[in-house]
Amino acid sequence: MKALSRKALRDLWHLRGQALAIALVIAGGIANLVMSQATLDSLYGTRERFYRENAFADAWAPLERAPESVAARLAAIDGVAAVETRVVSAGNLALEGFDEPIRALVHALPPGGVQPALNRLTLRAGRLPDGGGRGEVVASEAFAEAHGLRPGARLRATLNGRAQWFTMVGVAASPEFIYQIQPGSTFPDFRRFAILWMDRRELEAALDMDGAFNDVALRLAPGANTAAVLDAIDRVLARYGGLGAFAREEQLSHRFLMHEFRQLGTMAWLFPAIFLSVAAFLLNVVVTRLVGMQRDQIAILKAFGYPPAAIGRHYALMVALIALGGTAVGIAGGALLGEWLSGVYMQFYRFPYLEFRLSPAVAGLGVAVALSSALAGTAVAVLRAARLPPAEAMRPPAPEHFRPTLVERLGLGRRLDEPTRIILRQLERRPGKALLSVLGLAMACAIMMVGRFQGDAIDWMVDTQYRIAQRNDVGVYLVEPTGRGALRELGALPGVTRVEPFRTVPVVFRRGTVEHRSFIEGLVPAPELRRPVDRALRAVPIPTDGVLLTDYLAGMLGVVPGDRIEVQVLDGRRRWLVLPVAGTVHEYIGAQGYMALDALNRALGEGDVVTGARLSVAASGRPELYRLLDERPRIAGVAVRELEIRNVYDSIAESMLTFSFVSLLLGAVINFGVVYNAARVALSERGRELASLRVLGFTRAEVSYILLGELALLVLASVPIGFLLGWGLIAFMGNALTSDLFRVPAHVSAQTLAFAGLAMLVSSVLSALVVRRRVARLDLVEVLKTRE
Amino acid sequence: MDPQPNDLVFRARDLSKVYRMGDVEVHALRGVDLDLRAGEFVVLLGPSGSGKSTLLNILGGLDAPSGGHVWYHGEDLVDADDARLTAFRREHVGFVFQFYNLIPSLTARENVAIVTEIAAAPMRPEDALAIVGLSDRMDHFPAQLSGGQQQRVAIARAIAKRPAVLLCDEPTGALDSATGVLVLQALERINAELGTTTVVITHNADIARMAHRVLHLADGRIARVDRNAQRTPARELHW
Repeated sequence: MKALSRKALRDLWHLRGQALAIALVIAGGIANLVMSQATLDSLYGTRERFYRENAFADAWAPLERAPESVAARLAAIDGVAAVETRVVSAGNLALEGFDEPIRALVHALPPGGVQPALNRLTLRAGRLPDGGGRGEVVASEAFAEAHGLRPGARLRATLNGRAQWFTMVGVAASPEFIYQIQPGSTFPDFRRFAILWMDRRELEAALDMDGAFNDVALRLAPGANTAAVLDAIDRVLARYGGLGAFAREEQLSHRFLMHEFRQLGTMAWLFPAIFLSVAAFLLNVVVTRLVGMQRDQIAILKAFGYPPAAIGRHYALMVALIALGGTAVGIAGGALLGEWLSGVYMQFYRFPYLEFRLSPAVAGLGVAVALSSALAGTAVAVLRAARLPPAEAMRPPAPEHFRPTLVERLGLGRRLDEPTRIILRQLERRPGKALLSVLGLAMACAIMMVGRFQGDAIDWMVDTQYRIAQRNDVGVYLVEPTGRGALRELGALPGVTRVEPFRTVPVVFRRGTVEHRSFIEGLVPAPELRRPVDRALRAVPIPTDGVLLTDYLAGMLGVVPGDRIEVQVLDGRRRWLVLPVAGTVHEYIGAQGYMALDALNRALGEGDVVTGARLSVAASGRPELYRLLDERPRIAGVAVRELEIRNVYDSIAESMLTFSFVSLLLGAVINFGVVYNAARVALSERGRELASLRVLGFTRAEVSYILLGELALLVLASVPIGFLLGWGLIAFMGNALTSDLFRVPAHVSAQTLAFAGLAMLVSSVLSALVVRRRVARLDLVEVLKTRE
Repeated sequence: MDPQPNDLVFRARDLSKVYRMGDVEVHALRGVDLDLRAGEFVVLLGPSGSGKSTLLNILGGLDAPSGGHVWYHGEDLVDADDARLTAFRREHVGFVFQFYNLIPSLTARENVAIVTEIAAAPMRPEDALAIVGLSDRMDHFPAQLSGGQQQRVAIARAIAKRPAVLLCDEPTGALDSATGVLVLQALERINAELGTTTVVITHNADIARMAHRVLHLADGRIARVDRNAQRTPARELHW
């Protein structure tokens, strides 16, 4: 090995504490990058394979009812390659020993135990129903797993108001339900929402749909004009109660996946960028200091004929070694975290398989990003070393310029003791460096806040959604629009103290060329149980005329109160309405509209009907109520608020805790990296000065004060800036997660601020203790003898 | 050995140098003329701040003068760019400094090797260390060597590439008398055996007795030139 390379290795060993701290910060960034990117690649690859192998459809069209002969007309549309007519129904399930309501979506399979041509199932256990009329079903894997159901299990389903016993003969995964979620929910609830598949003839019989279909999946020809095909489908199905054809981009499970991929894509650059910029700054400080200390060595090498490029390469090599060390740890850690994250994803996204793969390209990206950021961060210091004029390097550097600080110039200096003056003058002399240190520390604080972002956001969402906006205990959904009188009996059920009816209508909102499929909900005047709220969480009165829009929807459509929008109703008489926008409401879930129930019914002209009701129920006797509701044939589903809330927390608790812990760890790594490096560099720069003070009779504590007091000031200054940065990051992430499905509130709780501030303090004190041991070991005589 | 009259190694005319040290402007050289011949052993004598080190640095291509010219074997060093100066130092010059300037993270052998690795026709590091009598200390780090030993490693490092010129800035300045003599003996031997043109800076008048020629510097000028009719061997020096 060349002597110069050997010097690089030994110098690095000498700097191992600082090198390690920086390498850890780099490792944090690269681990994030590798974790996110590799998981993204794996999920993406798995999804594509699953879609391909299971013939995931390109378009769907729900409708009320059409004879099977209509399928040929759909197949004749230019651009349609394959048509699969289906029968689909909502239903209720009951399981032995589970007394909470379960909602189910039931899909028909082609008769005779064969796979459909589109959206094929992947059987995970058992077999498909054989169509022998014995009431066989296949259940979605997530649901079967949540209840520990095996083939042979019995379940009672209420379809079209008729209760029937079924035998589960198989467990399956479907490309249509990778994210198995009820429309309108944000989190999946595997225990209380099931997908079932059964023989089409049996389902037709249960729904009185013989020779008819109410849903169609389509494969489009390559290069087909999707919008034109969807329009053509809508025209064909208009007579049959078509609810509007949509493409993959609108398919619920697919949309959630796209949303998740986008989020992962953001994480793949956001956190690495933070970590690597902090690492670049730290490397800059350390290498600048190293070059300063090795001026004479650089001069000697140059005196003996080493060209500037060789000197530059020498220092760049050390930087590269630190970066590569951090990258190696980061890639290994990222692979582990990625596998873990993929495992978490598998709980939410029901792929039948997920091959976690760390591709060489991702590892290569990690190496390239770490190396380039490290070298960019140290370029100035390395170039300075390369260009150092040898004769000047032989002379000791001129004493640095100091001057009285601002505090002293303002005349407040008399109150300061000498050590404090040293601290202030140090800080003021190199404000740039102090500022970057503060920024680095602030990043650490911000990252610790981000770790609790998810929890804060969920708390806030749950609070506004389930405690302020939606205050019913139980929601009851009817099979079809029904006269208001039907609700009277609900009020007579045991424990029910209040009933508020509503009507939900599927619609397409239109304004110019922008359109959005959603729904309008008609509410009673001055509702108590469902109150749309504004940004300040005040209930917004239900207008007698016009529609209230979720502010996100208003933004999408580009309307403000007073504008008029077009509304295409997708069921019943399928009217086109033009409605004034009466106001906006602030909600985190969905993008929909609200109207007065009476006004809605008048506009639709289908009589005084409702599609459900919200109930207040006394706590006692709820299981009895659920049982009674379950027995009512016209009730399609029952939602229990407490269970919904519990599900939100159950479904994310594990991932949230882990995410929080990892962020705390990563924040602590940055904090330690910055504090330890700042202290070590200060100690190295001023060891002589500090030892001189010791010789003059200063105690260790007093000397430590000079060194650590500066750091304490930096840490204190960094915390409020960190709060701001953290809030900014959280707002950015919330914004990146925003879609019409849900918005993530950029809410930061007081506990989070306290947690981040305290974590900063603890981790700074620990870092400082490590450095203080070095102060205790200052060798007075040796330090005074060394020439510098 | 007497210098060959026509074998001019360095020729300097009207050299001046001004540099800033913090807020202070220092006139280090004020019009120096100088000729150095092959194989010559020259001592630069003078008090601190007389311009000795500046002159040596300019001769060695470490620093550029503010005015005047230096020719090395007829080639003008003042016009040379950094790459030329680097090559000049790499091929022709060996340096020895008062504070040894060894690289602390490298052993004695490696400190020499770092120079032989980039030289055209070097001796082996082991041989260079043998010349200065350090064969048994080759794998020691600078911190494990005495001052005299460190300076002899520095000399081994300077001569290992067989330079035409050896420039020594206060090589004994940090050493006691007996150790200093050992170092001077090494320089004397190299000058005699390899014919290396040697310039030694000192403010110790005794050392001047071993030179062919002594240049007295004062206030940035050559104030006087002495020739030793009879050179004193290094081993007979003491101070």
